[in-house]
Amino acid sequence: MKAGKLVLFLAAGGLFGTGLAVSGMTDPARVIGFLDVFGAWDPALLFVMAGAVGVYGLGMVILRRFDGLKLPSAGSSPIDYRLVIGSAIFGVGWGLGGFCPGPALANLGALRIEALFFVPAMAIGMLLAQRFFGADR
Amino acid sequence: MNHYTLWHALIGGILIGLASLLATVWSGKIPGISGVSGRLLVAATPDKAWRGIFLSGLIGGAALSFALWQSAALFRPMRPLIVMFVAGLLVGFGTRLGGGCTSGHGVCGIGMGAKDSIAATLIFVATAMVTVFIYNRMVL
Repeated sequence: MKAGKLVLFLAAGGLFGTGLAVSGMTDPARVIGFLDVFGAWDPALLFVMAGAVGVYGLGMVILRRFDGLKLPSAGSSPIDYRLVIGSAIFGVGWGLGGFCPGPALANLGALRIEALFFVPAMAIGMLLAQRFFGADR
Repeated sequence: MNHYTLWHALIGGILIGLASLLATVWSGKIPGISGVSGRLLVAATPDKAWRGIFLSGLIGGAALSFALWQSAALFRPMRPLIVMFVAGLLVGFGTRLGGGCTSGHGVCGIGMGAKDSIAATLIFVATAMVTVFIYNRMVL
């Protein structure tokens, strides 16, 4: 990949990190507030997802009309044991920490102590899953 | 921008969707954060450069936003550090086993209407809600 194109990824990543921070999702209390449906429920995460899914879905529909673009397939993978068990385990970790991978990395950059514990553990978990189940997903 | 409202949530979400869209067009792949970072840890991954740069941009963009806006910088830790460590292990393992996280399955997959991503998202939101319910009532 050419250097000029790599700079574009810095911009896309910057936009992603800005979106995460502006949305309030880098604050674990806000994420856990959404997950706490039987407590003082905070709907903010639903608005984040609505904005993100809406823009991404609409954008992909438009982009697929252009030929020359190399876009990933919209096809669904099988709903197998990996997907079900992996997602269930991820959810438990998400509920425990209030971090998913994006916000964890955003907070790592800010050197917040919670992320300094969370992110290395996340890397170990990823390495273990990829070691025993492959990295093809 | 210092007083958080649901508009911040919506606008932040729109930025996340736009960033994901751009990274999809430029990489030709689904740029979920767990997949992007997980594959960065695999020696044989051929396209490490854009992954590393994309994640550096994410960290930089967030850091800049924390510096610029009080509402973005709000950070309220909820759990002891040992719990954060265990949570990290589970998030890393689970996202790579299940093939995606909140961005890969939740934003991109659902955005494309993929059934496996809808299933994955329903599952991880459900187990996360159960975990919060149990933690908040039994541990605290």
